[in-house]
Amino acid sequence: MKEQRSNLPSKPPVIRITDLVKSYRRGSQSIPVLEHISLDIEEGEFLALMGPSGSGKSTLLNLIAGLDQVDSGSIRVDGAEITDFSEMALAAWRAGHVGFIFQFYNLIPVLTAFENVELPLMLTNLSKKARKAHVATALSMVNLQDRMDHYPRQLSGGQQQRVAIARAVVTDPTILVADEPTGDLDRYSAEDVLHLMDELCGKLGKTIVMVTHDPRAARKAHTLKYLEKGVLTDAPQIAVPERI
Amino acid sequence: MLLKLLFRNAFRHRLRTLLTIGGIAVAILAFGLLRTVISAWYAGVDASSASRLVTRNAISLIFPLPLSYKEKIRSVDGVRLVSYGNWFGGVYIDEKNFFANFAVEPGSYFSLYSEFLLSDDESAAFFRERKACVAGRKLARRFGWKIGDTIPLRGTIFPGNWNFVLRGIYQGKDKTIDENQFFFHWEYLNETLRKTMPRRADQVGFYMIGLKRPDQAAATAEAVDGLFRNSYAETLTETEKAFQMSFVSMSEAIITVILLVSYVIIVIIMAVVANTMAMSVRERMGEYAVFKTLGFGRGYLAALIIGESLTLTALGGLLGIGLTFPTARAFGRAVGQFFPVFRVSADTILLDVAAAAIVGVVAAVIPVWRIVQVRIAEGLGRIG
Repeated sequence: MKEQRSNLPSKPPVIRITDLVKSYRRGSQSIPVLEHISLDIEEGEFLALMGPSGSGKSTLLNLIAGLDQVDSGSIRVDGAEITDFSEMALAAWRAGHVGFIFQFYNLIPVLTAFENVELPLMLTNLSKKARKAHVATALSMVNLQDRMDHYPRQLSGGQQQRVAIARAVVTDPTILVADEPTGDLDRYSAEDVLHLMDELCGKLGKTIVMVTHDPRAARKAHTLKYLEKGVLTDAPQIAVPERI
Repeated sequence: MLLKLLFRNAFRHRLRTLLTIGGIAVAILAFGLLRTVISAWYAGVDASSASRLVTRNAISLIFPLPLSYKEKIRSVDGVRLVSYGNWFGGVYIDEKNFFANFAVEPGSYFSLYSEFLLSDDESAAFFRERKACVAGRKLARRFGWKIGDTIPLRGTIFPGNWNFVLRGIYQGKDKTIDENQFFFHWEYLNETLRKTMPRRADQVGFYMIGLKRPDQAAATAEAVDGLFRNSYAETLTETEKAFQMSFVSMSEAIITVILLVSYVIIVIIMAVVANTMAMSVRERMGEYAVFKTLGFGRGYLAALIIGESLTLTALGGLLGIGLTFPTARAFGRAVGQFFPVFRVSADTILLDVAAAAIVGVVAAVIPVWRIVQVRIAEGLGRIG
C-alpha cells in the first residue's frame, strides 16, 4: 500500500459518510449489513475497501455510488446530500458524477468499444462530433484507439476492462467506483489495469473508491479500509505483498 | 444509438428471433385470412346500393308475389324504376357446381345494376334472344364457357331441363362486385311455366326498386308495403343492404366463432412474443442494470424493450401481411363458389397492423415492469 498522501489539500472531503446504517430484509427478518459507518474520502484519494465476502463492502460502494438507498445516515458527495435524492435525481446525478468499473467489465456485447464508451455521453447534450472526440480521447488514454471498432467478444479480458475504464472516465466524473476491477483478470492484465487506475488518480486527480479482495490491488491504493460484519476499521487486517 | 441497440438486441439470438418472427407471420396471416372470410361474408352487404329496395313476400322469400304488383309499385312516389326476378336454383351438371342463377327482366334489371358491365353488342344479343343468358366473368372462367355455348341447367324449384345460350359475360365495375352470377330472361321461365305449371305463372320471387333519391328509402318502402297491406300477398320492402343482411344474420353464429378464433390467435401469439421478450430480458438483466447504473432512466429502458418487441412484431407482421395476399388469392380460387368476392381489404390490413402493434406493446409490458422494478444491485448480481 502506498503511503497516505501527506499533501492532500485541506478542502472538505469529496465524500463524507456519517453514521451510515443499512440492512436488508429477508421475509420478516432484518439483516444488518452496515452499522454506523463514518468515513471521509478526500479529493484525489485512492481508497481500497477490503474485507471478507458478505462484510458489506460492495453495499457500501453501491451506497456511495448512489445505486442503493440508505436506512439512515448521510452521504455527501461533492457537497450534495445524495440520500435525499429521488430515484430519478440519483440516476441523473450518477450520469454526471460517478464512473463505474465492474469486475466482469459489464460492457454491452452488441456495441463496439467505441459505442460502449460513447454510451454515458448519450445522456449529455454533446454533439455527435464532440462525443466522438471525447470517446477518442478516452480510448487513447487506455491505449485502445486502434480497437474502437471491435466488439467486446473480440477483446481480451484486460482490453475489455480498459474499455470499461474509458467508459467510466469519458464523462469526467467526480468519483470512480471500482468493484473488484482485477477480480477476473490474469496477473499481467491486472497490473495494467491497476497502473491505469493509479495514473487516473495520480495524473488526473480522480477520486477512486475500490472494493477488492486482491492484496496487490490494495497495494496501489493510498488508503486501505477494512470492513468486517458491517463495521469499518482502519487497521489493515491482511498481509499485503510488496512484490507483484 | 437506441435504434441500433434495439435492432442488434432483436437479432442477438437469430434462431429464436426468426422462429418468433415466423410465428407472428403465421398468426397475422391466419388473422388476416379469417378477417377476409368475414369480409367475404359481408361482401353482398357492402356491395349493395343505397338507392335500391327489395320487395318480397312478407311471409317468406319462398312465397311469390303477383306480377301485377309491378305497375302499382311503379306508381309510388319516389320510385324511379322497377325490376323483378326469381331465384331459379338450377344445377349445372352436378350439385357441387353451385352458383347463383336468376330469372330476371333483363332491361330493367341491368339498368338497376349498372355495376354489372356488359358490352353494347352483348347486351343487344342478350336482350334480343329469349333463351339467352349472361354469366359473370369468374363464373365463365370457372367452367370454361365461351360466348355462344349452350349451358344446360337442371331445374330444382322449376323442374325440367333448361338450356340457355351464353350471349354475354359481364364484368364487375370494381373488385367488390360478384362476378359469379348467372342471369336469363324471366319471360322464358314464365312462358314455360304457363305451359307446364300455369298455377305458378305470372308470379315473381322479388321486386327490385330503383329510387329517385336514396334518402327516400324509408318512406318509399313504407308506401309500397302500404299498397298491399291486408291483401292475400302482403309485401316486405327493405333496403338492399338490409335484405342482404338478413341472409348474413342466418350465419351469425359461424361468423362469431370465426371472429373469436381470430382473436384467440392474436392472444396466443401475444403469449409467444411475451415469452420471447421475457427470456431475452431475463438474460440481459445485468446489461439493463448497467444502463441504470450509467444513469439511463426507466423511459429509455422501456423504449429499448418495447422497441425490440415492436421490431419483432413489425417484421413478423409485414411478412404475414405479404403472405396474406397470395394465400387469399389461392383460398379465394378454392372457395369461389361460396365466397364470390374474396379479397383482402384495406380494413383487414389496418387490423393486421393494429394487431401486430398491440401484440408488440402488450408482450413487452411484463418485461418492462420487471426491469423497472429490479434494484440495480440485484441486477448486477453483486450484493456483497
